[in-house]
Amino acid sequence: MSSLVKKYLMALSGIVLIGFVFVHMAGNLQVLLGQKAINSYAHTLQSLPLPILWGSRMFLFLSVVVHVVTAILLIKENRAARPVRNDVEVTKRTGWSSLNMGLTGSILFAFIVFHLLHFTIRLIHPEFGEWETRVGSPDNTEIHDVYRMILAGFNIDLVSVFYVVAMFLLCRHLAHGVSSTFQSLGLRSECWKGRLDLAAKGYAWIIFVGFSIVPVTVTAQKYGLFSLYDPDVFSTSALRP
Amino acid sequence: MKLTLKIWRQSEQKDPGRFETHCIDGVSEDSSFLEMLDQLNEQLLEEGVEPVAFDHDCREGICGMCSLTINGFAHGPENSTTTCQLHMRKFKDGDTITIEPFRARAFPVLRDLVVDRSAFDKIIQAGGFISVRTGSAPDGNALPIPKDESDQAMDAAACIGCGACVASCKNASAMLFTAAKAGHLNLLPQGKAEQEKRVLDMVSAMDGAGFGNCRNYGECSASCPKDISLDFISKLNRDHAKAKLKKLFS
Ligand code: HEM
Ligand code: FES
Repeated sequence: MSSLVKKYLMALSGIVLIGFVFVHMAGNLQVLLGQKAINSYAHTLQSLPLPILWGSRMFLFLSVVVHVVTAILLIKENRAARPVRNDVEVTKRTGWSSLNMGLTGSILFAFIVFHLLHFTIRLIHPEFGEWETRVGSPDNTEIHDVYRMILAGFNIDLVSVFYVVAMFLLCRHLAHGVSSTFQSLGLRSECWKGRLDLAAKGYAWIIFVGFSIVPVTVTAQKYGLFSLYDPDVFSTSALRP
Repeated sequence: MKLTLKIWRQSEQKDPGRFETHCIDGVSEDSSFLEMLDQLNEQLLEEGVEPVAFDHDCREGICGMCSLTINGFAHGPENSTTTCQLHMRKFKDGDTITIEPFRARAFPVLRDLVVDRSAFDKIIQAGGFISVRTGSAPDGNALPIPKDESDQAMDAAACIGCGACVASCKNASAMLFTAAKAGHLNLLPQGKAEQEKRVLDMVSAMDGAGFGNCRNYGECSASCPKDISLDFISKLNRDHAKAKLKKLFS
């Protein structure tokens, strides 16, 4: 596969992931609006027609696979292309985020696996799946209590810290990635580079803040710093030791 | 000026190579980097040590023969400068300067600081030309070319093929060179006719020569003595994508 085709695959799969994280972040923020909002949103997603639900999931999964496999190929070939390192390694303009796409990406991959086991497949705390409620249900039947699951998930400090750290690394990954995508697809000019780099940084920070706000506020409430979340649900969400 | 030079020595391609340290005194601030190396070599000859081999030719920044990674920077830390145009006044008395060859698998070290850059020739042979009947010269201005396009083509044509882009790239990618050479021809009507074949062939010659994949760091352009812009890489990415799609659907 030619080097440029690999860059196109990296960029195209990257675009899918860039779009996904934004939608995911915006959806998450509904936790701040309360139990009803997030539960009914989650229920709506879960009740999508199966081809749409599983179609999107497979599409996302495929994008991650393409992204990761291409990244591994790129990095392996690039190491081989420069077998002897300089005694002095310096850069004129490349920053930490750009140089460490492989590192931040690998930790993100580990995060994605953990996150799926945590809140999607719920293997880490199987009881998460059993929590049901009528709050947010469209027809007064029992639905999954996502609100309580999220409060419980971030009741463990180490988990909250891992989420925030991972989102910071995602922020760094995007600070290079978003602008780089335009260059890989031949859509960036030097004249636009400054603006795109700025937009990429802005986007990266929005994603960071948007995702981190939930674990940070849950932890703050746990330590009595303020009360945003429903205290009744909060008190039942502490996990069994 | 008195300097300590940490220089890469390698007797031949198969030799693993090592650093050697030499002290040199009485270097004029007005001498160029290469003149400083000439002075070192005279000193080494007197000491009965094999002189250091390095590449050079025009010594006026136009041929692209000189190379060297100086303190980690291809052609030294100054912007828009070839090693032959780098002057010793840019260094301080008492400095230690590390001098290495341009490092890339596609540029094997032949001896000391001399590397084989013929991988670039393979890229040119694959498409860095136009196929025309070379008869009588056409009339001047017979072929109108918009000013900004000819300016851009000239900017790309400023590439002297020195290989600093490869040496400064953490991935040893030759994208800036290939993009400049392809872009220079693709921008002009004489070259446009063969644009698709050119970009596909040059990119595959570039990959085949063992260069790495571009990751959009931009070190190449920052280290380029002729300031070739990343715009040409963007253009090559775009032209290559179009050519690839067209080939796929035809
Ligand atoms: C699953 C783990 C991931 C790994 C191992 C990974 C790895 C990489 C690597 C190595 C690159 C190449 C950068 C370069 O060429 O310099 C890259 C680019 C990129 N990544 Fe990721 N990444 C991952 C997840 C993500 C996620 C979750 C997103 C988006 C939310 C994302 C968005 C991007 C974008 C937009 C690019 C730029 C593509 C381009 O340069 O054209 N990546 N990634
Ligand atoms: S020797 Fe010709 S460019 Fe330096």
